[in-house]
Formats: sequence, C-alpha cells, structure tokens
Amino acid sequence: MEFSYSSDQEILRQSVRDFAENVLGPGVVDRDEKEYYDPFTFKAMADLGLMGIPFEEKWGGAEMGMLAYVMAIEEIARIDPSAADTLSAHVSLAAFPVRMFGNDEQKEKYLIPMATGEKHGAFALTEPGAGSDALGMTTKAERNGSHYVLNGRKIFITNGAAADIYIVFARTGSKEEGSKAFSAFIVEKGTPGFTFGKYERKMGLRGTQNCDLIFEDCHVPAENLLGEVGQGFKIAMQTLDGGRIGIAAQAVGIAQGAMEKAIEYAKTRVQFGKPIAKLQAIAFKLADMAMEIDAARLLTYRAAYNKNQGLPYSIEAAMAKLKASETAMAVTNQAVQIHGGYGYTREYPVERMMRDAKITELYEGTSEIQRVVISNSIINR
Amino acid sequence: MKVLVCVKQTFDTEAKIELKDGKIAEAGINLIINPYDEVAVEGAIQLKEKNVVNEVVVISAGADKAMDAIRTALAMGADRGILIKQDTAADEYARAVALAAVIKEENPELVLAGHVAADDGSSQVPTRIAEILGYPHINVITSLEIADGKVTCSSEADGGTQVTEVSLPAVISSQVSWNEPRYPSMKGIMQAKKKPVSTVDAVAADNKIKIVEYALPAAKQAGIKIEEDPDVAAAKLADWIMNTAKAEIKK
Repeated sequence: MEFSYSSDQEILRQSVRDFAENVLGPGVVDRDEKEYYDPFTFKAMADLGLMGIPFEEKWGGAEMGMLAYVMAIEEIARIDPSAADTLSAHVSLAAFPVRMFGNDEQKEKYLIPMATGEKHGAFALTEPGAGSDALGMTTKAERNGSHYVLNGRKIFITNGAAADIYIVFARTGSKEEGSKAFSAFIVEKGTPGFTFGKYERKMGLRGTQNCDLIFEDCHVPAENLLGEVGQGFKIAMQTLDGGRIGIAAQAVGIAQGAMEKAIEYAKTRVQFGKPIAKLQAIAFKLADMAMEIDAARLLTYRAAYNKNQGLPYSIEAAMAKLKASETAMAVTNQAVQIHGGYGYTREYPVERMMRDAKITELYEGTSEIQRVVISNSIINR
Repeated sequence: MKVLVCVKQTFDTEAKIELKDGKIAEAGINLIINPYDEVAVEGAIQLKEKNVVNEVVVISAGADKAMDAIRTALAMGADRGILIKQDTAADEYARAVALAAVIKEENPELVLAGHVAADDGSSQVPTRIAEILGYPHINVITSLEIADGKVTCSSEADGGTQVTEVSLPAVISSQVSWNEPRYPSMKGIMQAKKKPVSTVDAVAADNKIKIVEYALPAAKQAGIKIEEDPDVAAAKLADWIMNTAKAEIKK
C-alpha cells in the first residue's frame, strides 16, 4: 500500500487549489446571496480541463484517473461547493454513463463534448413519487417507429436548464418486469416537447441550478437509447455508485474548508485573555475535525482507487459517501460553534458551509439508503 | 528562437517558517515555483504562442525535488527541462555560475527569470548570470517586445517607467506585474509527462558568502489598552508615548 501522491497529482492539487481560490473564490458569497448559477463557473472549470480528468484521451479526456478527479472536486469544494456540485453532476452523472454504456457513435457525439466541457450534462432520475424508491418512476417512453416518445416529469435536476445533454430514465416495460422495466435515453436540449418547469429555492448549494424537466410527447431518436432496452435501472444504479465517490469528495472538501476557517478563527479570537484555540474545549473540537476528515478522505480515495482499478466499488462508495457527508455536517456544525454568535452571521463563511454540507447527506442516496447498501452487503452475503 | 527560463523552487509564500537547530526547517513545507519565476515562464510561453520563439526550456539548480518545479513549468506549456543538481546551500554566486554554464552550452537567444526569489530575496542571480555571460540585462520588467534581433522592455523606475532596448542575446528579469501566470491545465499536466527533462551536475564553484545565523523576526508585542474616560485616557496615552515608548517627537 502507498499513501503518497504522484508528481502529477501534486501539480494538479496545487493548480486546482490556486484556481479555486483565485478564480472561483471571489464570487462565492455573491452567488450564494443572490442564489444564481453563473455559467462562468462551468466555463472556467472546463477551460482548466476539469471535465475530462478521468476519461481516455481518445474521448476528449486527460486520462488522469479517478483519484485525480476526486482530488480536483475536493479542492473546488473547499472553496466553492456549488461549483464542485456542478462539476461532479456533469462528470459523474452525465458523462460517465455515456462512457460506461454508450456505443462509439454516442461517445463521439456526446462524451467528447462533455469531456472537453464544450457541452454541459445533467442526469434526470428523480420524480415527485420516485426518490429513494427509484422503481416508482412514472415517466414513460414508448417506441414509435424511429423514435421513443417520452412523457413525464423529473424534479430537482442539477444543472437544470443550463445543461445541453440530459441522461433521462423512463419506463419502457410493464410493472411485472420490475427493475428491468426501465431504459436510459440521451436527450438534447431543444428537442420538441422537452421544457423546463419550476426552479428550486434551496437551503444551500445556491450557486447551482435545480429545476423540473417536463416531457410532453417528446420525440427522442431511437439511436439515443443508452445501453439496451431494460438496462435503465442498472445504468442508473451504477452511475450513482460512481457519483457517490464524487459527493464524498465534495463533502471532504467542504469539511476541509470549514476546518481551516475554524482554525483561523480560533487562533485569532481572544477570550479570557488568550486565543480560544488555546482552550482545550476548542482545541479538542479541532482535533476531532482533523481526524474525521482524514478518515473520510481515505475512504473516498479507496473508493476512487477501486473504481479506477476496475475492482468492485459499490460498498466502498457507499461507505465513503456516508462517512464524508456526515463528517461534513458535523465539522461545519462545530465550525459554526467555534465561531460562536459570529458563526451564525453571514459575516463569516461557516454558516454557508453548514448549509452547503447538508445536501451531501441527502442526494445521490440519503444516509439511510447508504446504510441499506452497506448493511445488505454484510448481512446478506 | 530559443528562450531559456530560470526557475527556482521556493517555499510556499503562505508557509510558516520555523527554525530547527539553527536552520530553516523544511519538513511539511509545501514547495512551489518561485512566483516571480512563474511570471517569467508565462512570458516565455506567451512568446511561443505568438510564434516569436519556438522553444521554451526551463532550467533549475537545486535538489532532486526541484524536478517538481520543472514539471509544473512543463505543465504550463514549456517544452523541455534541465535540472542542475546542486546543493541547496549554494549561494547566489555558485548558483549563477552553475546556471550560466548550462546557458552557455544551450546558447539561447533570450534568458528569462524572476527578478527575485520569494525565499532569500537576494535579487542577484539573473544579474550575475548576465555579467558572467557578458549579455546585456534589463531588470524588473513589466512588458517585453522582440523585433529585429532586439528586445525592448518597460521596467519600473522611481515614479515612472523606463523603456530599455538591448540586442539579443540578453538576460531579462521580470516583475510580477508583467503578466498573470496560467494554472497548469489537466491536459498540460499529462503532456508534461512526455516532455524531455535532462539532469546535469552543477559546475563546481565555492560559495562566496557564509551564512552565520538565521533568526526569526521578533514576535509582535501585545498592545496596551487604556480603558478610561476620554480626558483621562488621552493623558495616560500621552504619558505612555513619552515615558514608556519614549517616542521621539519632532516638531
């Protein structure tokens, strides 16, 4: 086992860190306050080449591997969790399923522009009645000659109306077919019958865009079927397994950023005649933060390593996502605590970080769903 | 045209410097390209993008890990690297001798470097290199144009700007305001792996200076707080300024 980074990974971390601090950092507060998605963040990250980190060169990527990818997400999330989410939803949830299940024509047409960042992707699974219970999807796709006709509504879709390419899941079979009753489609923005609905107003990640997608007799060319008919549920689950590694990295980055702010504050805030960092009650909180973040980071890197090596990673990703998201929530909460009343104000970034952290326990499988995945794997072996 | 850029690996400018056994402790300190040299690398890459030059070579004198500084410059877009293996205790003279020997062999039309390193701040090496090679030298430049075998630069001067023109080959050292260095892109990092880097031993040269002692700046003293009504507080403060701080008051 090795616990060191390659020279490339070191250069990547430094480059992305400097980029996040200097390019994304200055607008973070404004985007949160005004609650708007700025396409500039996606463009800037794409120009740096972040959209193609894990993909092969022939598909427009940099071929640097999953570990490099999660390190980049972590560094972005340390400064701008919303931008990290924009990145991870695009790469993990939209580009990856095309990489894993697309044919060469689809990779040529959709993966390359997503890996280069020329086109922006989104993943559409969730519906009003289908959250954790994804099999409850009611969006339908019916074959009609050379097309599939989609009808239904998707909600909470990250990258919302800002995306160009959507991976959409819909029912193509009967209830009796169970998990084999679904298929995945690549839908381009501008396809007649495909429109956008309500925009969500959120607690955190206010620099990302989430909205409803509405399909009304939307004709999608049959060649845009991703994988095979009936493979949709499998594609969704495998995509989310990978996505969870990205969310884990995002959570680690948020926690890291919050800890750094807490340390900085604790060293300068004087009470009882000394910096509060010298009070054991505060110092021990910081010690716990450092330990929990490292544990979460190592679980995340292991999951990334497994995926990169072609080893099973579903359980590892669930553990990483669960540990990292709960760490992000606990660390941001304690970071606010260390700041006292100031931490509750918008003068300091930790209140935003706490709001941004919460979502990591909810999306791409709630903490409860991760515990289902993990417990099933140890009980039903 | 070939440009050679001298880069030095230095401590991260945000690193906390500590002394151990009378020396600067290096453990746990993040090493980066000297930010002033990074500007020189960016300037060279921009010249290549404008087709003014066709090869950008980065050289660094230092320990094996200085290779990371070279790799970063290659990831930004430089074409080739040369690591001159040299004891990091080498002084400005020994470094300049080692760099100049390799520069002479490479015979570039232009040598670029940052005007100062963020660690020792001595601001000597580029000037010494120019002197050793007998090349003209322009310091702290903020712009650079090359035409007809000449290089024209603006540089900072007291209260204004000085424009200087010299013939090539020349040694030019940059001020940070010359440009905004790019971040190494992911593709750049991968391409850097395929770029050639050679390693040579430094030409032997004895240091001309000996460092006697390192010391950290004295810790900042805590301030005083006078909590009284304004009239009393003003009198107490005046007394403190005159009798405790013993400030010299000029009329």
